[in-house]
Amino acid sequence: MVTNRTLKERKELFKSNLSKYKARIMVCAGTGCVANGSLKVYEELVNKIKEKGLSVAVAVELEKEEKDDYVMAQSGCQGFCQMGPLVTVYPQGILYIKVKPEDAEEIIEKTVINGEIIHRLLYVTPDLNETIEKADHIPFYSGQHRLGIKHCGHIDALDMEEYIANDGYAMAERAFTKMTGDQICKLVTDSGLRGRGGGGFPTGRKWELTRIQEEPTKYIVCNGDEGDPGAFMDRCLLEACPHSVIEGMLVAAKAISATEGYIYVRTEYPLAVKRLKIAVEDAKKSGFLGKDVFGTGIDFDIHIMEGAGAFVCGEETALIASIEGKRGMPNPKPPFPAQSGLFGKPTVINNVETFANVPVVMQMGAEAYSSIGTATSNGTKTFALTGHVANTGLIEVPFGTTLRQIIGDIGGGVLNDDGTLCGLDFKAVQIGGPSGGCLTKKHLDLPLDYENLKSVGAMVGSGGLVVINEQTCMVEVARFFMQFTQSESCGKCVVCREGTKQMLNLLTDIVEGRAKAETLSLLEELAQVVKVGSLCGLGKTAPNPVLSTLKYFRDEYNAHVFEGRCPANQCEAFKKYRIEEEKCKSCGVCAKKCPVGAIEGAKGVPYVIDRDKCIKCGVCIESCKFDAVLVG
Amino acid sequence: MSDGIGTKFDKVCSILDKYEHNPHKLIAILQDMQEEYKYLPEDIMTFVSTALGISPSTVYGVATFYSHFTLQPKGKHVIKLCDGTACHVRKSQDILNAIKKYLGLSKKSNTTPDMLFTLETVACLGACGLAPVVVIDDQVHGLMTPESTIALIEEIKKEEVVCGGN
Repeated sequence: MVTNRTLKERKELFKSNLSKYKARIMVCAGTGCVANGSLKVYEELVNKIKEKGLSVAVAVELEKEEKDDYVMAQSGCQGFCQMGPLVTVYPQGILYIKVKPEDAEEIIEKTVINGEIIHRLLYVTPDLNETIEKADHIPFYSGQHRLGIKHCGHIDALDMEEYIANDGYAMAERAFTKMTGDQICKLVTDSGLRGRGGGGFPTGRKWELTRIQEEPTKYIVCNGDEGDPGAFMDRCLLEACPHSVIEGMLVAAKAISATEGYIYVRTEYPLAVKRLKIAVEDAKKSGFLGKDVFGTGIDFDIHIMEGAGAFVCGEETALIASIEGKRGMPNPKPPFPAQSGLFGKPTVINNVETFANVPVVMQMGAEAYSSIGTATSNGTKTFALTGHVANTGLIEVPFGTTLRQIIGDIGGGVLNDDGTLCGLDFKAVQIGGPSGGCLTKKHLDLPLDYENLKSVGAMVGSGGLVVINEQTCMVEVARFFMQFTQSESCGKCVVCREGTKQMLNLLTDIVEGRAKAETLSLLEELAQVVKVGSLCGLGKTAPNPVLSTLKYFRDEYNAHVFEGRCPANQCEAFKKYRIEEEKCKSCGVCAKKCPVGAIEGAKGVPYVIDRDKCIKCGVCIESCKFDAVLVG
Repeated sequence: MSDGIGTKFDKVCSILDKYEHNPHKLIAILQDMQEEYKYLPEDIMTFVSTALGISPSTVYGVATFYSHFTLQPKGKHVIKLCDGTACHVRKSQDILNAIKKYLGLSKKSNTTPDMLFTLETVACLGACGLAPVVVIDDQVHGLMTPESTIALIEEIKKEEVVCGGN
């Protein structure tokens, strides 16, 4: 039995067995690549190997003497979803992108058997016509510093032995067998690790506060309710390397003497839930979870709870209420969860990414870890880089990295609406989701960390970085976030429940052309009230996107309110429909289709739209065969 | 009602047994109920509250708090359109309008009268790299346009006609 061996023996066993295969083909099976059809690619690769009379294993065999010729692996999310399905051929480490099932034969024939490279499947840089063979050499990856998500995409997501072969569970074993709770808390405090879920509270201090509570029952809760639209680092971690999260929780459990833990995952992440369940079962079989962990006589068990779709549950006290089976409404602090959390017992509650970083911190040591990043924000942070940028995906960079590096080097530049590149010519970068704010071109060289972002009215948040191009209306963006927080407000505090609703009404007025001069001052006043008068983080930060866009894009608001136009030409209400005389063939189709009879004309005379009657429904554009109807 | 009330509550009881009648597991219990019935019928919720020894209003409160729960039956095919930030700035709104128009949905109802389709918008599916994203019957489709989305729905409609004809 493999599980009876020591971690070191298991590591050696896996490595020596892996080296016995002629080649290993790793197919990305994260949500993004699966959506692109990676599972079909996987099947086809297996079929083609078999068709050639060769043998193939689906996972590295440990207890079989005769090894198959080749071995397959399904990795978790590699973070480069846009280029999926991704297929990597080892031992060379050649990365193929956008692979289709039809490519399987060629990949097996040329690369796997003969070691040749298929150039048409390689990554091509967005600006140059350069192809790159290995993932580490692609700017998207080479510009990163991966610690917390270092295993994501490089190991078989479901094979615990491979996690162990990469020194997995060694830190949990050390914590349980060689360290006291006091020592663990000190190490984590010294490393400067701060909560990655948004708040940025020092993790070690949180653990220490819980450790000193004199209560026999304590809990560890892992917050995987990643509700921020535009953030998916927790999904990636849970899908690609669930064991690293479990290991982090084990270390925390030993530190504070907890015997039970909960992982709360969004129901929108079915694959993450599935893989997590398998990982927990595997860890139990090896004696890493359950009774007598690592033979120390200490018990620790993990339960998985699926969320039911409420953004506010990302707030720690609301999440605790949800685990208890109640409506996910926040409670006032103090008492803090460290004093009275789940079922009234002292509870450590950390984000998925924070837990995944714990084994890294222990492996590196406090000093080495704290040397990365800036003076106040140590280590690295994972960001979800999305929106109008050439390379979208998950990136991990040290705190203190600038937008210039992130968007320019890693992201490969900003995209226009028509898909062309425009260098670093973005309008804004929205950071921190509905709680965060906007950064502009003048922040290009601002070192991103907790304090710097706060000082400019934004926040790290959970790490969503949405690049917004010049063709996007910022008032519309603010309205979008307000609509989100308004519908997600739990309703407990009046100022949040009613205030967000009124703010949304005011923003809708602006976008739909009904705003007056006092709308803006009312909006600002209300923003302050909601900020001050709400209990939890959701309400306190809900006005941030509005305040931040008002600060940096005041002229856009003014254009909507005072000049009756949308500078980005995006808001329907300000669009003006007209018919181009040269193109109009006077066929009269548009006039017939117009539901309000706003178009008039006659044979031989170009048709004209009466703007007073026009309701901007767009039917005329759809009906015109000659593209004579213009909007602008 | 050919199944009869008895069988209906048998399933409810087995779910309640699975969670040991623990009121703390209410959310998980309701999730399993919804998995079974596709929505949460009122009589089921009342039954659950009695069985767990909590008030019906508590159960109703939880069921209406979380967006995952629905008190109305859903259509056979559920179309989820992601309207997270990344999808939104990449014009998911255009797709929403196109689907609404194609299926003839009104502001009041997001299910077609023939109970074939239900349209929902969700905050973020975490597949932002593929924005805009549409999920039809748990199958994720990335980098969508209004045209490609309608094509997918048309495909399902065609299959339904074929199945219905047989």
